[in-house]
Amino acid sequence: MKLLARVFSTDHKVIGLQFFWSGLLMALFGALSAMLIRWQLAWPWSEMPVVGGLVFPKSGGVPSPEFYSALFTFHGTVMIFFVVIPLLTGWLGNYLIPLLIGARDMAFPVLNMISYWIMPFAMASLAIGFCVEGGSAQAGWTSYPPLATLTSATPGSLHGQTWWLLAIVLAGISSTLGAVNYVTTVVKLRAKGMGWLRMPLTVWALFLAACIQLAGIPVLTSGGILQLSDRVLGSGFYSASGSPLLWQHLFWFYGHPAVYVVILPAMGVVSDVLSVHARKGVFGYKPMVFSLLGITLLGFMVWAHHMFVSGMNPALGMAFGVATTLIALPSGVKVFNWLATLWGARLQLTSAMLFALGFVALFITGGLSGLWLACTPVDVYMHDTYFVVAHFHFIVFGGSVFGLFAAFYHWFPKMFGRMLDERLGRAHFVLTFVLAVGVFLMMHQLGLAGMPRRIADPTVYPSLRHLVPLNVSITWCALLLGASQVLFLANLFWSLWRGPRAPRNPWKAASLEWEADSPPPHGNFGAQPEVERGPYEYDPRTDGRDFQPQAVTLFPPA
Amino acid sequence: MGNQLNLFPENASTFASQVDYIYLYLLLVCAVFALGVVVAIVYFSIKYRRNPTHTAIQQVEGNMMLEITWSVVPLLIMLTMFGWGAWLYMRMVTPPKGALDYYVVGKQWMWKLQHPTGQREINELHVPINQPVRLTLTSEDVIHDFFVPDFRMKRDVVPGRYTECWFEATKIGSYRIECAQYCGTKHSQMIGLVHVMSQADYDKWLSGNLGAETADAAGKKLFEGNRCDTCHKDAPDARGAPLWGVYGTQVALRDGSTVLADDDYLRESILHSTAKVVAGFEPIMPLYDGQLTEEQVLQLVAYIKTLKAKPKETQ
Ligand code: HEC
Ligand SMILES: [Cu+2]
Ligand SMILES: [Cu+2]
Repeated sequence: MKLLARVFSTDHKVIGLQFFWSGLLMALFGALSAMLIRWQLAWPWSEMPVVGGLVFPKSGGVPSPEFYSALFTFHGTVMIFFVVIPLLTGWLGNYLIPLLIGARDMAFPVLNMISYWIMPFAMASLAIGFCVEGGSAQAGWTSYPPLATLTSATPGSLHGQTWWLLAIVLAGISSTLGAVNYVTTVVKLRAKGMGWLRMPLTVWALFLAACIQLAGIPVLTSGGILQLSDRVLGSGFYSASGSPLLWQHLFWFYGHPAVYVVILPAMGVVSDVLSVHARKGVFGYKPMVFSLLGITLLGFMVWAHHMFVSGMNPALGMAFGVATTLIALPSGVKVFNWLATLWGARLQLTSAMLFALGFVALFITGGLSGLWLACTPVDVYMHDTYFVVAHFHFIVFGGSVFGLFAAFYHWFPKMFGRMLDERLGRAHFVLTFVLAVGVFLMMHQLGLAGMPRRIADPTVYPSLRHLVPLNVSITWCALLLGASQVLFLANLFWSLWRGPRAPRNPWKAASLEWEADSPPPHGNFGAQPEVERGPYEYDPRTDGRDFQPQAVTLFPPA
Repeated sequence: MGNQLNLFPENASTFASQVDYIYLYLLLVCAVFALGVVVAIVYFSIKYRRNPTHTAIQQVEGNMMLEITWSVVPLLIMLTMFGWGAWLYMRMVTPPKGALDYYVVGKQWMWKLQHPTGQREINELHVPINQPVRLTLTSEDVIHDFFVPDFRMKRDVVPGRYTECWFEATKIGSYRIECAQYCGTKHSQMIGLVHVMSQADYDKWLSGNLGAETADAAGKKLFEGNRCDTCHKDAPDARGAPLWGVYGTQVALRDGSTVLADDDYLRESILHSTAKVVAGFEPIMPLYDGQLTEEQVLQLVAYIKTLKAKPKETQ
């Protein structure tokens, strides 16, 4: 009974950590598939190490093109729907929102528990896909019909695609339930004195990301149900005589804002981490809030920039082009404010801080390459080439994943009550940063040279053969990038059991969560905190310490 | 060196260098910004590291002037990017009058192409230099994408509808066609070549590949062979809607709306005539969906486009 109560816990912190562990597990699969993809692109049709012998004993470990298609479909799906979205909203949202606003739990704890326990079913149906005839889905993570709906179009469209759709619909339901919770909690359960403009930017960002999910996921889910109906009931919504482009609209209506679901929380985290470890308040708090709002709203007006070459009305293309260009504005404002936060500060280059700084550098690069894709004539050339792959990996890896690592190093002491090893953390940062640039920067070059994405064999084109050395070096970087994550795992597991006990407030941060024990007990706070000021008061002139806790402090100055 | 590095693909169409200019402009602006930010991060991280002299650092809440500056300046720069791009894009999507009409049908995993003069090719396309070429594209199965990097031209090839694009080649040579939209197992092998030839060579190539009918001539045969002419005839008592001069006009429909008779409309009318019924007619036309291949439909459309309005009808 007690075990059951722990597994199906309704405590937001337990649920948050459940999202953390399952996200981590899925990230391992996602990373493994990425390395296999890179293997094939560097050394096409050669024996794949380890996996090859297991999956293709007959061909001596040489993968088939169908397997390659299944790999990149799996990689994209897992990384987006099962790693970054659940980690940034499920893990951080659940764990941090109540603590940062001074609440005892989420608004709907039972709903919260259900939202997590839908995820294993979603993962299971993704896994079942691999066991059915024809293999798992092979239509790409975007699953454009008719490729995804004609059962003969690709082996994975026979049965695998149905399981894929089920997985996406389930993951969508899980996210929606979570989002309902986050929004309600932020609106209803803020501690006394925690006005909207006293919320840490992390909370703002998580709140807005949840709003995006509430508005967007129903559209994708209904799109998915239509596709399911085309496949199972034989309807023709997306067939040649229906509208193949309808799916693209429905998919990107959430598919694009989903990018902001995974980048906004990272931006929030980075703002907080920069401020704490630079011992300086966030520069321009209000412009930071407004730019988050701006991104949220504009984020819903740009989806068709994925369809500039689809034959869509050119005037419509222009409208989406201008909206896409404009969204760079609030993003730019954020970058400048982060720089201004650093200016004149007292930096400590902790692992969390390093990842936050790395985030700013990689995010600006990925953001700027987005401008190229927003510029329609240039996008006509870049669309569906490796340039696009480079662009969104800068955003999702350099942005979201770096944000996740910053959050991990910053809040680990609070979550697990232990300190991480800083030296290992810094080494992890250096390797991850350098190798990520090695992998993704060079991909721009592949795109410029005209190498399309999702091709199993770049050597088929005589005119692309000179790219082989580039592809090989990218693959080496990718393999090393994967390997260097061992530092992260080692640090995590070592510190979990052997790390020094974490004090209540190791970073001397001002926001509320640091007033609770590490880790906080069920119910979070002993006495209900009362908030007196904003979250970013770092002023050494007030009393003995250089920060002012948000709440009437429950503990004497350290 | 250029070839080894391939910073730019070949410049082989009228657009290519224009796209490259925008692209250089973007590169310049973005490099300045990205480098600026990265340098600032590194500089601040070193300069303010621990910063023992600043025990009493100044806490600045923000600065309105700064915020406005760093919003407005990038905004203006971004608008120049957009404006320039929009100007070029509108030209890239509007084929000039008198462009040669080629037809492209994609299927897993090959390209079928037809010349205005009727010659057919597979995975290869011969075109004359310095001649605007307009492609009408469709697919028999899934979505493909016709991409010629050296022309900076790319267009999705969507089943169930026509898309179009155009180019004017400026350099003699052979240029690769790639399928840019993932289309299944052999996506990476769906490749081809565009051969750009001098007018004289092109004419020679055409005469060496005689025996082909033009698309509209083949369409005329299909029109008679499928007995379209039993209903669509030039007589007052014809049961089918008059097709003479219909292309490019506004057609009044039975439900009161009107529709532009473009290629897509003609295609739909042939395959699913009941979807849009012409005012004053009964939906008696048979459905040809599944009876005709995409190439045959393209030929019928080409034929109907040649039917000019009769003088007596236009009065
Ligand atoms: C049984 C008589 C019949 C036959 C056979 C027939 N049609 Fe039609 N067609 C009609 C009628 C009636 C309409 C107008 C009502 C409608 O739109 O369905 C029409 C409409 C059209 C239109 C739209 C014309 C407009 O003014 O908008 C096109 C194009 C067309 N037919 C092409 C064809 C072709 C090509 C064939 C042969 C493959 C064909 N039709 C065979 C009766 C016929
Ligand atoms: Cu997008
Ligand atoms: Cu393809």
